[in-house]
Amino acid sequence: MQNFEPVIVAFCCHYCAYTAADMAGSKRLGYPPNVKIIRVPCSGKVDAIHMMKALEKGADGVYVAGCLDGDCHFKTGNIRAARHVEAVKKLLDEIGIEKERVEMFSMSAGMGEKFAEVASEFTERIRKLGPNPVKTSAFAQVRQAVG
Amino acid sequence: MITAERKPMEELTECMKPFGRILLVGCNECVTVCAAGGRKEVGLLSSALQMHFMKENKPFEVKELTLERQCDPEYVEELAPHINQVDAVLSMACGCGVQEIARRYKEKPVFPAVNTKFMGASESQGVWAERCAGCGDCVLGITGGVCPIARCSKQLFNGPCGGSTNGKCEIDSSVDCAWQLIWDRLKALGKVDLYEENIAAKDWRTGRGGGPRKIIREDLAS
Ligand code: SF4
Ligand code: SF4
Repeated sequence: MQNFEPVIVAFCCHYCAYTAADMAGSKRLGYPPNVKIIRVPCSGKVDAIHMMKALEKGADGVYVAGCLDGDCHFKTGNIRAARHVEAVKKLLDEIGIEKERVEMFSMSAGMGEKFAEVASEFTERIRKLGPNPVKTSAFAQVRQAVG
Repeated sequence: MITAERKPMEELTECMKPFGRILLVGCNECVTVCAAGGRKEVGLLSSALQMHFMKENKPFEVKELTLERQCDPEYVEELAPHINQVDAVLSMACGCGVQEIARRYKEKPVFPAVNTKFMGASESQGVWAERCAGCGDCVLGITGGVCPIARCSKQLFNGPCGGSTNGKCEIDSSVDCAWQLIWDRLKALGKVDLYEENIAAKDWRTGRGGGPRKIIREDLAS
């Protein structure tokens, strides 16, 4: 467990968090390499199924980063994204997997610091939780080896 | 549409426990529209089940398939090439679809993944409400287009009852009183005279009271 490096999938809205990640880069703000960014046209486009499939395939944590309240480029995408995240939390709870493995964050395009902060804090949260229980099962390891 | 809701995960994981490979079958019609058992819900449930069993260290494989319509034999036939590769079928269609699979594949256990609820309409995004009880002798023409069977808690034909308050039903203040709706609509139509007419006792044999029903269209039946 000591060498555990969590795999984090971050769905980032093109209009805010993705640009904030760019900003973090150009400001030379470090954030954990564990975070794999997937750019989406709007956080509202991220459905429960994308988060669940990421976890099923072995991500240890997943988060969605969308615009600040009232700032969504498509008006209510960030509100819908937050609801999708809640639905996944509920489903994880139902199957006995820590719901803290998914989260919703908000930031604007200019918030490079916030992006780096969220990435670090979430990585730490997942590091504390340990590996996704799905990954540590003997059967899952066979499954992954077979492909 | 026919509406449905996914069963609790605990119930589903319990009934899938004895099996190692299952076919999870969705339907592209009503249950897709009410977001209970379409392709997306099949994907979600498949992930949830696999994650649950992986966590329990139990080998469990899911083959996902969504049929155009699970209540038509033509489409249910599409499961034939897969059926022998699995131990059981979990269907996300309404009860009609589940039964169609059970009828066609007699040797294979079939389980419902959703609870079929009612015939309803979508009130707003993500909200569905009961509208018709399939009574077999529709009276909407004289009740202002509001069904007194599906929408009045007591199925009154000459309502309202004494519990109608401020347009709400006495069973719950979030439920509209069907007879208030009927009255409002008849007023809007200038047809309040219809309200004055007593509706005769209903012959329930056209509904479930007459046992399982069947429609036979001679011109179409082969
Ligand atoms: S009167 Fe009968 S057929 Fe008409 S909407 Fe009501 S239940 Fe359905
Ligand atoms: S309050 Fe209205 S809807 Fe409720 S039982 Fe009475 S008549 Fe029916």
